[in-house]
Amino acid sequence: MIRDITIGQFYPGESGVHRLDPRLKLILTIAFIVSLFVVRDFLGYGVVVLALGAVVAASRVPLGFILRGLKAIFIIIIFTFTMNMFMTAGEVLFRIGVLTVTKEGLYNAVFMGLRLVFLIIGSSLLTLTTKPIKLTDGIESLLKPLKGLGVPAHELAMMMTIALRFIPTLLEETDKIMKAQMARGADFETGSIFRRARSLVPILVPLFISAFRIAQDLAMAMEARCYRGGDGRTKLHELKFRRRDAVAVLLACVYFALLIGERFLPAWIFKGYF
Amino acid sequence: MGKDIIVLDALTYEYRKEDEEQPVKALDGVSLSVAEGSFTAVLGKNGSGKSTLAKNINALLLPSGGAVYVDGFNTADEAHVWEIRQRAGMVFQNPDNQLVSAIVEDDVAFGPENLGVATEEIKLRIERSLKSVGMYEFRKKGPHMLSGGQKQRVAIAGVIAMRPKCVIFDEPTAMLDPKGREEVMDVIRMLHGEGVTIVLITHFMEEAVHADRVVILDDGRVALDGTPEEVFLEMEAIREMALDAPLVVELADRLRRRGWDVPPVIKMEEMVEYLCR
Amino acid sequence: MSIVVKNLRHVYGEGTPYESVALDDVSLEIADGEFVSIIGHTGSGKSTLVQHLNGILKPKSGEVLVGGVNIAAKGVNLPEVRRKIGLLFQYPEYQLFEETLYKDIAFGPTNLGLSADAVDSRVREAMALTGLDFDALSERSPFELSGGQKRKAAIAGVLAMGPEALVLDEPTAGLDPRSHRDILAMIRRIREERGITIILISHNMGDVAEVSDRVYVMDGGRIAFFGTPAQVFANKARLKQSGLGLPPTLELAELLRAGGADIEGDPLTLDEAVELIDAYLERRGA
Repeated sequence: MIRDITIGQFYPGESGVHRLDPRLKLILTIAFIVSLFVVRDFLGYGVVVLALGAVVAASRVPLGFILRGLKAIFIIIIFTFTMNMFMTAGEVLFRIGVLTVTKEGLYNAVFMGLRLVFLIIGSSLLTLTTKPIKLTDGIESLLKPLKGLGVPAHELAMMMTIALRFIPTLLEETDKIMKAQMARGADFETGSIFRRARSLVPILVPLFISAFRIAQDLAMAMEARCYRGGDGRTKLHELKFRRRDAVAVLLACVYFALLIGERFLPAWIFKGYF
Repeated sequence: MGKDIIVLDALTYEYRKEDEEQPVKALDGVSLSVAEGSFTAVLGKNGSGKSTLAKNINALLLPSGGAVYVDGFNTADEAHVWEIRQRAGMVFQNPDNQLVSAIVEDDVAFGPENLGVATEEIKLRIERSLKSVGMYEFRKKGPHMLSGGQKQRVAIAGVIAMRPKCVIFDEPTAMLDPKGREEVMDVIRMLHGEGVTIVLITHFMEEAVHADRVVILDDGRVALDGTPEEVFLEMEAIREMALDAPLVVELADRLRRRGWDVPPVIKMEEMVEYLCR
Repeated sequence: MSIVVKNLRHVYGEGTPYESVALDDVSLEIADGEFVSIIGHTGSGKSTLVQHLNGILKPKSGEVLVGGVNIAAKGVNLPEVRRKIGLLFQYPEYQLFEETLYKDIAFGPTNLGLSADAVDSRVREAMALTGLDFDALSERSPFELSGGQKRKAAIAGVLAMGPEALVLDEPTAGLDPRSHRDILAMIRRIREERGITIILISHNMGDVAEVSDRVYVMDGGRIAFFGTPAQVFANKARLKQSGLGLPPTLELAELLRAGGADIEGDPLTLDEAVELIDAYLERRGA
């Protein structure tokens, strides 16, 4: 059932993380991803795990719900893991047929696999705690200074808004059309690839027609409500930077300081504290 | 009643169908004046031109002949198109395809945002218009979680947040269940009570009974025009145009043919009053 | 084709924060050749229920027996079940996709693997039954047809499968009065000519009172009560509880009685109402 899919994987809540300024969350998420590439050893990952754990706890999103998101990219993680395990030269631990597993390979595999896991958890925290519509506001606001460079900030945001609004509608529509054609004996599951591709025609044609009709109706409704692009438009949601956001920035600074320190300061200074 | 807020002066609208030489006349010399504060129902079967008429009032379509004036502005005058659309709001048939945002309150804000209304004022308008259509408690919900009638009420809130003088409803109940239809009709009557001019395009005769004027379009022309009582007495003409009369009107007609002297009634209460007196 | 539903339960979005029970312990029995209507407010589970009848939705628990066979059992030929139970969704014209009306109606029978000749006769029959003129329309694009014709075309596309039961989910929704009358007359004609079982979901109480042998009332994912139209519509309190209204003729009779007129009986159609009121006026005159 298509209704089972939760769009954008937003987890409703009122936690401090949910209420942070979306712009800040966007920037911090990007910074977090970059930070993962700064880390060179497992001690650094310790800092990452502590930070991620703290944010997950503060967001009150159940860990199970977050880990479920990893299922979708399980294959990619396994792929990364095995590629690293078998393709790294070094001290041979054991062999499986023609494949050799080296000590360095095993180390790399675990290291790279973890990096991917952290990356997914970190970025899914953004979508889990931020309503898509807020995210759109955040992106529009962050891109606004680039308007002079020809970046159509308002138009991009409007496109995202409409996409978010109509994804559920179109999913429902797809579901309905599929069922209707199945009731007429359509078969989407068996046969050669060519046959299966052909069997999509009875779904795609009505779906495109539907999408065009929605577009036409919506354009007319928007015009009737005086829409004329971004100029002269006011906004209901003005993003405000609050105290909560300042606290988040400071905490993030501590995290980056720890990571950078761990990576670049002489080992004896830093490790002395642990 | 005040001055005329909408004036159609010999409005003709033509469009060209694919692979056809001659343009089709969807509207053919329609002249109508709608008084401020009135409630006009426009009826007609599919293809009678009633929807084209609605879109001409909001400057979504422009006349091929004749002219349309809204609150004194000619719709053909591009300089005033935003004033016209702010004054003559429009609610469409499909409840799904006219909501822009994935959150109810953001959708209601869409019109005022376009008009450049200040943020604080937008918030006030959202609250007032959502409360007046009874959807305030749903302000944080997504449209896909709402029923058809609720979506349509949100669409109406989005229009009244623009403070229009009149609202044109283009078959707002055609895709709704009876409950949704009732909800929307209640809101329309409430708006009329508050002094907003209403133009209701519909093919449900029962809805037209609440109007103070009924216009029936057929083949792009005005076929009948008058109070509901006057129009619904023309049973033969109505049947010829493939429309249904309200149940009570049909019943009164059948009883008259059996020799009973039934007065011109259009509402159930009137029928009850006659039969029970 | 007889249809029996036993203790059916269905849950949407199980295990997500959006989980909701759509059907709960639903049981019903429909005899071969019966005309049964299902009524209930939006969200009461009507559409979910009928999507179980041809195996498009799988029950969480409970059984659906079509002609005595449990369609959820292993080894059941689902395409055959779907042929037997023709299902029409709301606004079914959205399923049209072919270049010509002929090809679109032929889609179902072709999927059944019938020969070109057999498909041809199926298409002609279905168009005749739905009142679509074969010579004038079969080579036209389905998208050029009027609203009412598109609806008929979609129904023809299901009829061409040769169903033994036809399930229609609000077949007159969004149509103007003339097309509404057309479609309703067409459904009655299909039943008379083919003698097949008809299951109709409708919000129009007048239609339901007029056409059905029996009526099931759904509320909150359950069957609230059922019976003949006269029985069901006599139960005003429970109908109101389920958020449903009365057929307009019955509503008028109720108002008249409340106003002191002694109308004898519950008129379900305009003809009955005219008779009853006429008789009342005669009595009063006398």
